[in-house]
Amino acid sequence: MTTNTEIFPKIESKSAHRRFTFNGYRVLAWFVLIVTTIIALFPMYWLFANAFTPITSTPPLTPILVPAFKLDNFERLLVNNKFYLNWMLNSLIVAFAVTAFHVICDTMAGYAFAKKRFPGRNLLFVLILSTLMIPIHVTFIPLYIINRQLGLIDSLWALILPGTAWVFGIFLMRQYIQTLPSELEDAARIDGCSEFGVFRYVIFPLSRPAVAALAIFTFVRSWNDFLWPVIALNKPQNYTLTVGVANLQGEFMTDWGIIFSGAALAAIPMIIFFLLFQKYFIEGVRMGALKG
Amino acid sequence: MSSIRTFAKKYGWSYLFILPSLLTFALFTLIPVLWSLVISFQKYSLARGGTWVTPIYANYAQAFTMLNGIFLISIRNTLVYTLFTVTANILIGLMIASLIQPLANYMRTFFRAAYYLPAVTSALIIGLTWAYIFNAQWGFATYLTRMFGLPPIRWLSDPDIALTSITLSAILTIPATAIVLFSAAMGSIPLEYYEAADLDGANPIQKWWHITVPLVKSTTLYLVVLYTIASFEVFERIYVMVPSGVGNATQTIVTQIYANGFKEFDFGIASAQAFVLFGMIAAIAFFQFRALRSDVEY
Repeated sequence: MTTNTEIFPKIESKSAHRRFTFNGYRVLAWFVLIVTTIIALFPMYWLFANAFTPITSTPPLTPILVPAFKLDNFERLLVNNKFYLNWMLNSLIVAFAVTAFHVICDTMAGYAFAKKRFPGRNLLFVLILSTLMIPIHVTFIPLYIINRQLGLIDSLWALILPGTAWVFGIFLMRQYIQTLPSELEDAARIDGCSEFGVFRYVIFPLSRPAVAALAIFTFVRSWNDFLWPVIALNKPQNYTLTVGVANLQGEFMTDWGIIFSGAALAAIPMIIFFLLFQKYFIEGVRMGALKG
Repeated sequence: MSSIRTFAKKYGWSYLFILPSLLTFALFTLIPVLWSLVISFQKYSLARGGTWVTPIYANYAQAFTMLNGIFLISIRNTLVYTLFTVTANILIGLMIASLIQPLANYMRTFFRAAYYLPAVTSALIIGLTWAYIFNAQWGFATYLTRMFGLPPIRWLSDPDIALTSITLSAILTIPATAIVLFSAAMGSIPLEYYEAADLDGANPIQKWWHITVPLVKSTTLYLVVLYTIASFEVFERIYVMVPSGVGNATQTIVTQIYANGFKEFDFGIASAQAFVLFGMIAAIAFFQFRALRSDVEY
Protein backbone atom coordinates (compact mmCIF):
# COMPACT_ATOMS: atom_id res chain seq x y z
CA MET A 1 0.00 0.00 0.00
CA THR A 2 1.18 3.48 -0.77
CA THR A 3 0.97 6.22 1.74
CA ASN A 4 -1.62 7.87 -0.47
CA THR A 5 -4.17 5.10 -0.22
CA GLU A 6 -3.48 4.88 3.47
CA ILE A 7 -4.28 8.49 4.08
CA PHE A 8 -7.16 8.84 1.66
CA PRO A 9 -9.63 6.33 3.21
CA LYS A 10 -8.71 7.55 6.64
CA ILE A 11 -9.84 11.07 5.88
CA GLU A 12 -12.97 9.81 4.18
CA SER A 13 -14.02 7.65 7.09
CA LYS A 14 -13.27 10.44 9.47
CA SER A 15 -15.42 12.92 7.63
CA ALA A 16 -18.21 10.37 7.32
CA HIS A 17 -18.01 9.76 11.03
CA ARG A 18 -18.10 13.44 11.64
CA ARG A 19 -21.19 13.91 9.52
CA PHE A 20 -22.92 11.14 11.43
CA THR A 21 -22.21 12.53 14.87
CA PHE A 22 -22.97 16.01 13.59
CA ASN A 23 -26.48 14.84 12.74
CA GLY A 24 -26.90 13.41 16.22
CA TYR A 25 -25.91 16.73 17.75
CA ARG A 26 -28.12 18.46 15.25
CA VAL A 27 -31.30 16.66 16.33
CA LEU A 28 -30.54 17.48 19.95
CA ALA A 29 -29.69 21.07 19.06
CA TRP A 30 -32.97 21.60 17.22
CA PHE A 31 -34.87 20.04 20.10
CA VAL A 32 -33.27 22.43 22.60
CA LEU A 33 -33.81 25.45 20.32
CA ILE A 34 -37.48 24.68 19.75
CA VAL A 35 -38.20 23.99 23.44
CA THR A 36 -36.43 27.18 24.58
CA THR A 37 -38.22 29.24 21.91
CA ILE A 38 -41.55 27.94 23.21
CA ILE A 39 -40.52 28.74 26.79
CA ALA A 40 -39.45 32.24 25.71
CA LEU A 41 -42.66 33.05 23.87
CA PHE A 42 -45.25 31.11 25.89
CA PRO A 43 -45.99 33.60 28.72
CA MET A 44 -46.64 36.42 26.26
CA TYR A 45 -48.62 34.10 23.97
CA TRP A 46 -50.78 32.90 26.83
CA LEU A 47 -51.50 36.47 27.91
CA PHE A 48 -52.65 37.28 24.37
CA ALA A 49 -54.69 34.07 24.06
CA ASN A 50 -56.57 35.06 27.22
CA ALA A 51 -56.91 38.69 26.20
CA PHE A 52 -58.49 37.77 22.86
CA THR A 53 -60.96 35.29 24.41
CA PRO A 54 -64.09 36.70 26.09
CA ILE A 55 -63.69 36.20 29.86
CA THR A 56 -65.95 38.13 32.21
CA SER A 57 -65.03 36.58 35.54
CA THR A 58 -62.55 33.85 36.52
CA PRO A 59 -60.62 32.25 33.64
CA PRO A 60 -61.44 28.56 32.93
CA LEU A 61 -59.45 25.92 34.83
CA THR A 62 -58.39 24.31 31.56
CA PRO A 63 -56.06 26.96 30.14
CA ILE A 64 -57.04 28.80 26.99
CA LEU A 65 -54.39 27.92 24.45
CA VAL A 66 -56.18 28.95 21.27
CA PRO A 67 -57.59 32.47 21.30
CA ALA A 68 -61.15 33.09 20.08
CA PHE A 69 -59.95 36.25 18.26
CA LYS A 70 -62.70 38.35 19.81
CA LEU A 71 -62.29 41.90 21.08
CA ASP A 72 -64.92 41.81 23.89
CA ASN A 73 -62.34 42.22 26.66
CA PHE A 74 -60.71 45.20 24.98
CA GLU A 75 -64.11 46.81 24.48
CA ARG A 76 -64.97 46.45 28.17
CA LEU A 77 -61.51 47.70 29.13
CA LEU A 78 -61.94 50.94 27.20
CA VAL A 79 -65.58 51.43 28.27
CA ASN A 80 -65.16 50.66 31.98
CA ASN A 81 -61.78 52.28 32.43
CA LYS A 82 -62.07 55.89 31.37
CA PHE A 83 -58.34 56.57 31.84
CA TYR A 84 -56.71 53.83 29.78
CA LEU A 85 -56.24 56.06 26.73
CA ASN A 86 -54.92 58.84 29.01
CA TRP A 87 -52.29 56.43 30.33
CA MET A 88 -51.25 55.52 26.82
CA LEU A 89 -51.07 59.19 25.82
CA ASN A 90 -49.05 60.02 28.96
CA SER A 91 -46.58 57.23 28.21
CA LEU A 92 -46.28 58.46 24.62
CA ILE A 93 -45.69 62.09 25.63
CA VAL A 94 -43.01 61.17 28.16
CA ALA A 95 -41.28 58.70 25.84
CA PHE A 96 -41.25 61.13 22.88
CA ALA A 97 -39.99 64.06 24.97
CA VAL A 98 -37.21 62.05 26.60
CA THR A 99 -36.19 60.43 23.30
CA ALA A 100 -36.08 63.76 21.45
CA PHE A 101 -33.83 65.21 24.13
CA HIS A 102 -31.41 62.29 24.09
CA VAL A 103 -31.23 61.98 20.31
CA ILE A 104 -30.27 65.65 19.87
CA CYS A 105 -28.31 66.45 23.01
CA ASP A 106 -26.47 63.15 23.44
CA THR A 107 -25.37 63.21 19.82
CA MET A 108 -24.00 66.73 20.30
CA ALA A 109 -22.26 65.74 23.52
CA GLY A 110 -20.97 62.51 22.00
CA TYR A 111 -19.59 64.50 19.06
CA ALA A 112 -17.76 66.92 21.34
CA PHE A 113 -16.30 64.11 23.45
CA ALA A 114 -15.28 62.11 20.37
CA LYS A 115 -13.82 64.76 18.08
CA LYS A 116 -13.11 67.96 19.95
CA ARG A 117 -10.34 68.92 22.33
CA PHE A 118 -11.17 71.17 25.23
CA PRO A 119 -9.96 71.61 28.80
CA GLY A 120 -11.69 69.18 31.19
CA ARG A 121 -12.79 66.80 28.46
CA ASN A 122 -11.28 63.64 29.91
CA LEU A 123 -12.21 64.52 33.47
CA LEU A 124 -15.86 65.11 32.55
CA PHE A 125 -16.03 61.93 30.50
CA VAL A 126 -14.57 59.79 33.28
CA LEU A 127 -17.04 61.40 35.69
CA ILE A 128 -19.92 60.45 33.39
CA LEU A 129 -18.63 56.93 32.84
CA SER A 130 -18.14 56.30 36.53
CA THR A 131 -21.81 57.03 37.22
CA LEU A 132 -23.06 54.49 34.64
CA MET A 133 -23.28 51.73 37.21
CA ILE A 134 -24.84 53.73 40.05
CA PRO A 135 -28.21 52.19 40.90
CA ILE A 136 -30.89 54.69 39.96
CA HIS A 137 -32.63 53.99 43.28
CA VAL A 138 -30.04 56.14 45.03
CA THR A 139 -31.47 59.22 43.29
CA PHE A 140 -35.17 58.65 44.00
CA ILE A 141 -35.41 60.33 47.40
CA PRO A 142 -33.69 63.61 46.43
CA LEU A 143 -35.62 63.59 43.13
CA TYR A 144 -38.85 63.23 45.07
CA ILE A 145 -37.91 66.14 47.35
CA ILE A 146 -36.88 68.35 44.40
CA ASN A 147 -40.02 67.56 42.42
CA ARG A 148 -42.23 68.21 45.41
CA GLN A 149 -40.61 71.54 46.10
CA LEU A 150 -41.07 72.51 42.45
CA GLY A 151 -44.68 71.30 42.59
CA LEU A 152 -44.06 68.79 39.80
CA ILE A 153 -45.12 65.61 41.61
CA ASP A 154 -48.14 64.12 39.87
CA SER A 155 -47.27 65.83 36.58
CA LEU A 156 -45.49 64.41 33.54
CA TRP A 157 -42.60 66.84 34.14
CA ALA A 158 -41.66 64.70 37.13
CA LEU A 159 -40.92 61.90 34.65
CA ILE A 160 -39.56 63.90 31.72
CA LEU A 161 -36.96 65.95 33.60
CA PRO A 162 -35.22 63.04 35.40
CA GLY A 163 -35.63 61.03 32.18
CA THR A 164 -33.25 63.41 30.40
CA ALA A 165 -30.46 62.50 32.83
CA TRP A 166 -29.25 59.23 31.39
CA VAL A 167 -25.63 59.26 30.27
CA PHE A 168 -25.65 55.99 28.34
CA GLY A 169 -26.48 57.88 25.14
CA ILE A 170 -23.44 60.16 25.44
CA PHE A 171 -21.27 57.09 25.81
CA LEU A 172 -22.91 55.27 22.90
CA MET A 173 -22.68 58.25 20.53
CA ARG A 174 -19.07 58.98 21.44
CA GLN A 175 -18.14 55.38 20.65
CA TYR A 176 -19.82 55.60 17.27
CA ILE A 177 -18.71 59.09 16.22
CA GLN A 178 -15.09 58.22 17.07
CA THR A 179 -15.15 55.78 14.16
CA LEU A 180 -16.22 58.45 11.62
CA PRO A 181 -13.42 59.92 9.47
CA SER A 182 -12.56 63.56 10.26
CA GLU A 183 -11.95 64.49 6.61
CA LEU A 184 -15.64 65.16 5.98
CA GLU A 185 -15.88 67.61 8.87
CA ASP A 186 -12.77 69.42 7.69
CA ALA A 187 -14.11 69.60 4.16
CA ALA A 188 -17.41 71.06 5.42
CA ARG A 189 -15.51 73.63 7.46
CA ILE A 190 -13.43 74.67 4.45
CA ASP A 191 -16.69 75.06 2.53
CA GLY A 192 -17.75 77.61 5.13
CA CYS A 193 -19.95 75.48 7.39
CA SER A 194 -20.38 76.80 10.93
CA GLU A 195 -19.56 74.50 13.86
CA PHE A 196 -23.25 73.80 14.34
CA GLY A 197 -23.59 73.26 10.59
CA VAL A 198 -20.87 70.61 10.70
CA PHE A 199 -22.85 68.84 13.40
CA ARG A 200 -26.20 69.30 11.70
CA TYR A 201 -25.22 68.40 8.13
CA VAL A 202 -22.24 66.07 8.53
CA ILE A 203 -22.08 64.36 11.92
CA PHE A 204 -25.77 63.84 12.61
CA PRO A 205 -26.63 62.25 9.22
CA LEU A 206 -23.51 60.04 9.36
CA SER A 207 -24.45 58.82 12.85
CA ARG A 208 -27.85 57.59 11.74
CA PRO A 209 -27.41 53.90 12.72
CA ALA A 210 -26.28 54.79 16.24
CA VAL A 211 -28.97 57.49 16.52
CA ALA A 212 -31.60 54.92 15.55
CA ALA A 213 -30.36 52.49 18.19
CA LEU A 214 -30.25 55.26 20.80
CA ALA A 215 -33.76 56.46 19.92
CA ILE A 216 -35.17 52.95 20.16
CA PHE A 217 -33.50 52.18 23.46
CA THR A 218 -34.50 55.46 25.04
CA PHE A 219 -38.09 55.11 23.88
CA VAL A 220 -38.47 51.52 25.07
CA ARG A 221 -36.78 52.28 28.37
CA SER A 222 -39.05 55.24 29.02
CA TRP A 223 -42.20 53.39 27.92
CA ASN A 224 -41.39 50.44 30.20
CA ASP A 225 -40.26 52.47 33.22
CA PHE A 226 -42.19 51.64 36.38
CA LEU A 227 -40.67 52.30 39.79
CA TRP A 228 -40.08 56.05 39.51
CA PRO A 229 -43.51 56.68 37.87
CA VAL A 230 -45.16 54.75 40.73
CA ILE A 231 -43.44 57.06 43.18
CA ALA A 232 -44.02 60.29 41.26
CA LEU A 233 -47.64 59.87 40.13
CA ASN A 234 -50.68 59.69 42.42
CA LYS A 235 -53.89 60.49 40.57
CA PRO A 236 -55.22 57.80 38.20
CA GLN A 237 -55.62 60.23 35.29
CA ASN A 238 -51.89 61.05 35.49
CA TYR A 239 -50.61 57.47 35.44
CA THR A 240 -48.42 56.15 32.70
CA LEU A 241 -49.39 52.84 31.11
CA THR A 242 -47.22 50.60 33.33
CA VAL A 243 -48.51 52.19 36.53
CA GLY A 244 -52.11 52.02 35.32
CA VAL A 245 -51.85 48.38 34.26
CA ALA A 246 -50.30 47.43 37.60
CA ASN A 247 -53.33 48.97 39.29
CA LEU A 248 -55.96 47.28 37.10
CA GLN A 249 -55.87 44.19 39.25
CA GLY A 250 -56.98 46.09 42.33
CA GLU A 251 -59.69 47.93 40.45
CA PHE A 252 -61.29 45.12 38.45
CA MET A 253 -60.67 42.25 40.84
CA THR A 254 -63.38 40.02 39.42
CA ASP A 255 -63.16 40.82 35.71
CA TRP A 256 -60.02 39.09 34.49
CA GLY A 257 -60.86 39.79 30.86
CA ILE A 258 -60.26 43.50 31.48
CA ILE A 259 -57.00 42.81 33.33
CA PHE A 260 -55.66 40.55 30.56
CA SER A 261 -56.60 42.93 27.78
CA GLY A 262 -55.12 45.88 29.68
CA ALA A 263 -51.77 44.13 30.02
CA ALA A 264 -51.80 42.86 26.44
CA LEU A 265 -52.67 46.26 24.99
CA ALA A 266 -49.75 47.81 26.90
CA ALA A 267 -47.35 45.29 25.35
CA ILE A 268 -48.61 45.55 21.76
CA PRO A 269 -46.96 48.88 20.80
CA MET A 270 -43.51 47.67 21.87
CA ILE A 271 -43.97 44.34 20.07
CA ILE A 272 -44.96 46.10 16.82
CA PHE A 273 -42.08 48.52 17.33
CA PHE A 274 -39.70 45.59 17.70
CA LEU A 275 -41.01 43.75 14.64
CA LEU A 276 -40.54 46.90 12.55
CA PHE A 277 -37.06 47.83 13.79
CA GLN A 278 -35.74 44.43 14.80
CA LYS A 279 -32.35 44.98 13.16
CA TYR A 280 -31.69 48.17 15.13
CA PHE A 281 -32.62 46.55 18.43
CA ILE A 282 -30.10 43.73 17.99
CA GLU A 283 -27.43 46.11 16.63
CA GLY A 284 -28.07 48.45 19.52
CA VAL A 285 -27.52 45.73 22.10
CA ARG A 286 -24.19 45.00 20.46
CA MET A 287 -23.14 48.64 20.21
CA GLY A 288 -24.11 49.34 23.79
CA ALA A 289 -21.88 46.56 24.98
CA LEU A 290 -18.76 47.87 23.31
CA LYS A 291 -16.33 48.78 26.00
CA GLY A 292 -13.87 51.61 25.70
CA MET B 1 -10.60 90.21 28.22
CA SER B 2 -9.22 89.13 24.89
CA SER B 3 -7.94 85.89 26.38
CA ILE B 4 -11.47 85.04 27.47
CA ARG B 5 -12.63 85.81 23.95
CA THR B 6 -10.03 83.55 22.34
CA PHE B 7 -10.88 80.82 24.86
CA ALA B 8 -14.58 81.16 24.07
CA LYS B 9 -13.86 81.20 20.36
CA LYS B 10 -11.64 78.15 20.55
CA TYR B 11 -13.69 75.99 22.93
CA GLY B 12 -17.09 77.69 23.08
CA TRP B 13 -18.79 75.30 20.68
CA SER B 14 -17.45 72.25 22.50
CA TYR B 15 -18.87 73.41 25.81
CA LEU B 16 -22.11 74.39 24.12
CA PHE B 17 -22.41 70.91 22.63
CA ILE B 18 -21.98 69.14 25.97
CA LEU B 19 -23.98 71.67 27.99
CA PRO B 20 -27.58 70.31 27.76
CA SER B 21 -26.68 66.68 28.51
CA LEU B 22 -24.25 67.56 31.29
CA LEU B 23 -26.68 70.03 32.84
CA THR B 24 -29.47 67.46 33.17
CA PHE B 25 -26.90 64.90 34.31
CA ALA B 26 -25.72 67.25 37.05
CA LEU B 27 -29.22 68.30 38.13
CA PHE B 28 -30.95 64.92 38.08
CA THR B 29 -28.17 62.41 38.71
CA LEU B 30 -25.03 63.89 40.23
CA ILE B 31 -26.63 66.26 42.75
CA PRO B 32 -29.30 63.70 43.81
CA VAL B 33 -26.63 61.03 44.38
CA LEU B 34 -24.56 63.36 46.58
CA TRP B 35 -27.64 64.69 48.35
CA SER B 36 -28.84 61.16 49.00
CA LEU B 37 -25.50 60.39 50.63
CA VAL B 38 -26.04 63.38 52.93
CA ILE B 39 -29.62 62.28 53.73
CA SER B 40 -28.37 58.82 54.63
CA PHE B 41 -26.74 60.48 57.67
CA GLN B 42 -29.79 62.59 58.49
CA LYS B 43 -33.29 62.44 59.80
CA TYR B 44 -35.21 64.10 56.98
CA SER B 45 -38.72 65.49 57.02
CA LEU B 46 -40.37 67.16 54.03
CA ALA B 47 -41.59 70.01 56.21
CA ARG B 48 -38.46 70.73 58.26
CA GLY B 49 -35.60 69.44 56.14
CA GLY B 50 -32.71 67.37 57.48
CA THR B 51 -31.01 67.15 60.85
CA TRP B 52 -27.88 65.06 61.48
CA VAL B 53 -28.38 61.85 63.42
CA THR B 54 -26.15 60.78 66.31
CA PRO B 55 -24.08 58.73 66.09
CA ILE B 56 -23.51 59.71 62.50
CA TYR B 57 -23.95 56.12 61.25
CA ALA B 58 -27.25 55.64 63.15
CA ASN B 59 -29.35 55.21 60.00
CA TYR B 60 -27.06 52.48 58.71
CA ALA B 61 -27.13 50.69 62.06
CA GLN B 62 -30.88 51.01 62.32
CA ALA B 63 -31.36 49.87 58.71
CA PHE B 64 -29.85 46.53 59.66
CA THR B 65 -31.43 46.09 63.08
CA MET B 66 -34.96 47.43 62.62
CA LEU B 67 -37.92 44.99 62.50
CA ASN B 68 -35.84 41.99 63.57
CA GLY B 69 -33.25 42.45 60.84
CA ILE B 70 -35.65 42.33 57.89
CA PHE B 71 -33.06 44.14 55.75
CA LEU B 72 -30.55 41.33 56.27
CA ILE B 73 -33.22 38.83 55.27
CA SER B 74 -33.97 40.86 52.15
CA ILE B 75 -30.25 40.99 51.29
CA ARG B 76 -30.11 37.22 51.68
CA ASN B 77 -33.23 36.80 49.51
CA THR B 78 -31.69 39.07 46.88
CA LEU B 79 -28.42 37.11 46.89
CA VAL B 80 -30.22 33.75 46.58
CA TYR B 81 -32.33 35.09 43.71
CA THR B 82 -29.21 36.54 42.06
CA LEU B 83 -27.12 33.40 42.39
CA PHE B 84 -29.65 31.14 40.69
CA THR B 85 -30.86 33.67 38.13
CA VAL B 86 -27.41 34.77 36.95
CA THR B 87 -26.04 31.23 36.77
CA ALA B 88 -29.03 30.04 34.76
CA ASN B 89 -29.07 33.11 32.51
CA ILE B 90 -25.40 32.76 31.61
CA LEU B 91 -25.56 29.00 31.00
CA ILE B 92 -28.78 29.19 28.98
CA GLY B 93 -27.51 32.17 26.99
CA LEU B 94 -24.21 30.45 26.24
CA MET B 95 -25.96 27.25 25.24
CA ILE B 96 -28.50 28.87 22.92
CA ALA B 97 -25.91 31.16 21.30
CA SER B 98 -23.69 28.14 20.65
CA LEU B 99 -26.57 26.21 19.12
CA ILE B 100 -27.70 28.97 16.75
CA GLN B 101 -24.12 29.77 15.67
CA PRO B 102 -23.81 27.00 13.03
CA LEU B 103 -27.24 27.75 11.54
CA ALA B 104 -27.83 29.60 8.28
CA ASN B 105 -27.95 33.38 8.59
CA TYR B 106 -31.71 33.75 8.25
CA MET B 107 -32.37 31.03 10.85
CA ARG B 108 -30.01 32.72 13.27
CA THR B 109 -31.81 36.03 12.75
CA PHE B 110 -35.15 34.33 13.28
CA PHE B 111 -34.17 32.70 16.57
CA ARG B 112 -32.46 35.82 17.90
CA ALA B 113 -35.64 37.79 17.18
CA ALA B 114 -37.86 35.13 18.79
CA TYR B 115 -35.78 35.14 21.96
CA TYR B 116 -35.53 38.91 22.02
CA LEU B 117 -39.23 39.62 21.45
CA PRO B 118 -40.42 39.21 25.08
CA ALA B 119 -37.53 41.38 26.29
CA VAL B 120 -38.97 44.51 24.65
CA THR B 121 -42.04 44.44 26.87
CA SER B 122 -41.67 45.91 30.32
CA ALA B 123 -40.52 43.90 33.32
CA LEU B 124 -43.89 44.78 34.78
CA ILE B 125 -45.92 43.06 32.02
CA ILE B 126 -43.60 40.05 32.09
CA GLY B 127 -44.04 39.88 35.86
CA LEU B 128 -47.81 40.09 35.44
CA THR B 129 -47.90 37.19 32.96
CA TRP B 130 -45.90 35.09 35.42
CA ALA B 131 -48.28 36.05 38.20
CA TYR B 132 -51.08 34.66 36.01
CA ILE B 133 -49.11 31.50 35.22
CA PHE B 134 -48.65 30.90 38.95
CA ASN B 135 -52.27 31.74 39.87
CA ALA B 136 -53.26 29.11 42.44
CA GLN B 137 -56.66 28.54 40.81
CA TRP B 138 -56.43 28.82 37.03
CA GLY B 139 -52.72 29.44 36.39
CA PHE B 140 -50.94 27.37 33.75
CA ALA B 141 -48.39 26.06 36.28
CA THR B 142 -51.27 25.01 38.54
CA TYR B 143 -52.90 23.26 35.58
CA LEU B 144 -49.67 21.35 34.91
CA THR B 145 -49.36 20.13 38.51
CA ARG B 146 -53.01 19.04 38.40
CA MET B 147 -52.48 17.26 35.08
CA PHE B 148 -49.54 15.30 36.50
CA GLY B 149 -51.58 14.40 39.58
CA LEU B 150 -49.34 16.36 41.96
CA PRO B 151 -50.74 17.93 45.13
CA PRO B 152 -51.63 21.61 44.62
CA ILE B 153 -48.73 24.00 45.15
CA ARG B 154 -49.39 27.48 46.55
CA TRP B 155 -46.84 29.00 44.21
CA LEU B 156 -47.01 32.59 45.39
CA SER B 157 -48.66 32.40 48.81
CA ASP B 158 -46.57 29.73 50.55
CA PRO B 159 -43.65 31.54 52.26
CA ASP B 160 -41.39 28.53 51.65
CA ILE B 161 -42.11 28.48 47.93
CA ALA B 162 -42.82 32.06 46.81
CA LEU B 163 -39.19 33.11 46.32
CA THR B 164 -38.48 29.89 44.43
CA SER B 165 -41.43 30.55 42.11
CA ILE B 166 -40.22 34.10 41.47
CA THR B 167 -36.68 32.84 40.81
CA LEU B 168 -38.06 30.15 38.52
CA SER B 169 -39.90 32.79 36.50
CA ALA B 170 -36.62 34.71 36.11
CA ILE B 171 -34.73 31.59 35.09
CA LEU B 172 -37.35 30.72 32.47
CA THR B 173 -37.21 34.23 31.01
CA ILE B 174 -34.75 33.48 28.21
CA PRO B 175 -31.77 35.90 28.49
CA ALA B 176 -32.01 37.82 25.22
CA THR B 177 -29.05 40.15 25.77
CA ALA B 178 -26.77 37.24 26.61
CA ILE B 179 -27.76 35.45 23.41
CA VAL B 180 -27.10 38.52 21.25
CA LEU B 181 -23.74 39.30 22.86
CA PHE B 182 -22.49 35.70 22.99
CA SER B 183 -23.59 35.30 19.41
CA ALA B 184 -21.60 38.38 18.37
CA ALA B 185 -18.54 37.20 20.30
CA MET B 186 -18.70 33.73 18.74
CA GLY B 187 -19.05 35.24 15.27
CA SER B 188 -15.69 36.93 15.67
CA ILE B 189 -13.73 33.76 16.54
CA PRO B 190 -11.49 32.92 13.54
CA LEU B 191 -12.67 29.78 11.72
CA GLU B 192 -9.05 28.57 11.47
CA TYR B 193 -9.16 27.59 15.13
CA TYR B 194 -12.00 25.18 14.46
CA GLU B 195 -10.34 23.86 11.31
CA ALA B 196 -7.18 23.14 13.27
CA ALA B 197 -9.24 21.31 15.88
CA ASP B 198 -10.94 19.31 13.10
CA LEU B 199 -7.53 18.14 11.93
CA ASP B 200 -6.82 16.97 15.47
CA GLY B 201 -10.06 15.00 15.39
CA ALA B 202 -11.91 17.05 18.02
CA ASN B 203 -15.65 16.43 18.37
CA PRO B 204 -18.12 19.32 18.56
CA ILE B 205 -18.31 19.21 22.36
CA GLN B 206 -14.51 19.33 22.65
CA LYS B 207 -14.29 22.20 20.17
CA TRP B 208 -16.94 24.07 22.12
CA TRP B 209 -15.26 23.55 25.48
CA HIS B 210 -11.68 24.19 24.36
CA ILE B 211 -12.18 26.95 21.78
CA THR B 212 -15.56 28.67 22.07
CA VAL B 213 -15.91 28.91 25.85
CA PRO B 214 -12.41 30.31 26.57
CA LEU B 215 -12.60 32.79 23.68
CA VAL B 216 -15.87 34.36 24.84
CA LYS B 217 -14.60 34.72 28.39
CA SER B 218 -14.59 38.51 28.48
CA THR B 219 -18.18 38.56 27.18
CA THR B 220 -19.12 36.06 29.89
CA LEU B 221 -17.58 38.29 32.51
CA TYR B 222 -19.36 41.38 31.19
CA LEU B 223 -22.69 39.53 31.19
CA VAL B 224 -22.18 38.18 34.70
CA VAL B 225 -21.74 41.73 35.93
CA LEU B 226 -24.68 43.01 33.88
CA TYR B 227 -27.07 40.31 35.09
CA THR B 228 -25.80 40.46 38.67
CA ILE B 229 -26.52 44.19 38.86
CA ALA B 230 -29.95 43.69 37.27
CA SER B 231 -30.76 40.92 39.78
CA PHE B 232 -29.57 43.00 42.74
CA GLU B 233 -32.11 45.60 41.59
CA VAL B 234 -35.05 43.18 41.13
CA PHE B 235 -38.33 44.91 41.91
CA GLU B 236 -41.14 44.89 39.30
CA ARG B 237 -41.38 41.12 39.18
CA ILE B 238 -41.87 40.95 42.94
CA TYR B 239 -44.14 43.98 43.12
CA VAL B 240 -46.69 42.35 40.79
CA MET B 241 -46.23 38.66 41.63
CA VAL B 242 -46.64 39.10 45.38
CA PRO B 243 -48.24 42.56 45.74
CA SER B 244 -48.57 42.46 49.50
CA GLY B 245 -45.51 40.29 50.11
CA VAL B 246 -45.41 36.86 51.73
CA GLY B 247 -44.15 37.78 55.17
CA ASN B 248 -40.45 38.45 54.85
CA ALA B 249 -39.98 35.67 52.31
CA THR B 250 -40.13 37.87 49.23
CA GLN B 251 -38.56 41.07 50.53
CA THR B 252 -35.57 42.22 48.47
CA ILE B 253 -33.25 45.19 48.77
CA VAL B 254 -35.25 47.44 46.45
CA THR B 255 -38.65 46.47 47.90
CA GLN B 256 -37.21 47.52 51.27
CA ILE B 257 -35.90 50.84 49.92
CA TYR B 258 -39.31 51.46 48.35
CA ALA B 259 -41.24 50.54 51.50
CA ASN B 260 -39.07 52.60 53.86
CA GLY B 261 -38.78 55.57 51.50
CA PHE B 262 -42.24 55.86 50.03
CA LYS B 263 -44.57 53.98 52.36
CA GLU B 264 -43.02 54.99 55.71
CA PHE B 265 -41.39 58.16 54.33
CA ASP B 266 -38.30 57.45 56.39
CA PHE B 267 -35.87 59.00 53.91
CA GLY B 268 -32.78 58.56 56.11
CA ILE B 269 -33.16 54.79 56.43
CA ALA B 270 -34.13 54.35 52.77
CA SER B 271 -31.10 56.37 51.61
CA ALA B 272 -28.79 54.33 53.83
CA GLN B 273 -30.21 51.14 52.32
CA ALA B 274 -29.83 52.53 48.80
CA PHE B 275 -26.17 53.17 49.53
CA VAL B 276 -25.75 49.61 50.79
CA LEU B 277 -27.03 48.51 47.37
CA PHE B 278 -24.65 51.01 45.75
CA GLY B 279 -21.77 49.47 47.74
CA MET B 280 -22.68 45.94 46.64
CA ILE B 281 -22.80 47.01 42.99
CA ALA B 282 -19.53 48.92 43.31
CA ALA B 283 -17.91 45.76 44.70
CA ILE B 284 -19.11 43.77 41.67
CA ALA B 285 -17.86 46.49 39.30
CA PHE B 286 -14.49 46.50 41.05
CA PHE B 287 -14.27 42.73 40.69
CA GLN B 288 -14.99 43.05 36.96
CA PHE B 289 -12.32 45.71 36.58
CA ARG B 290 -9.73 43.52 38.32
CA ALA B 291 -10.67 40.44 36.34
CA LEU B 292 -10.59 42.29 33.01
CA ARG B 293 -7.19 43.76 33.76
CA SER B 294 -5.71 40.32 34.36
CA ASP B 295 -7.53 38.96 31.31
CA VAL B 296 -5.44 37.67 28.42
CA GLU B 297 -6.20 39.40 25.13
CA TYR B 298 -6.46 37.11 22.12
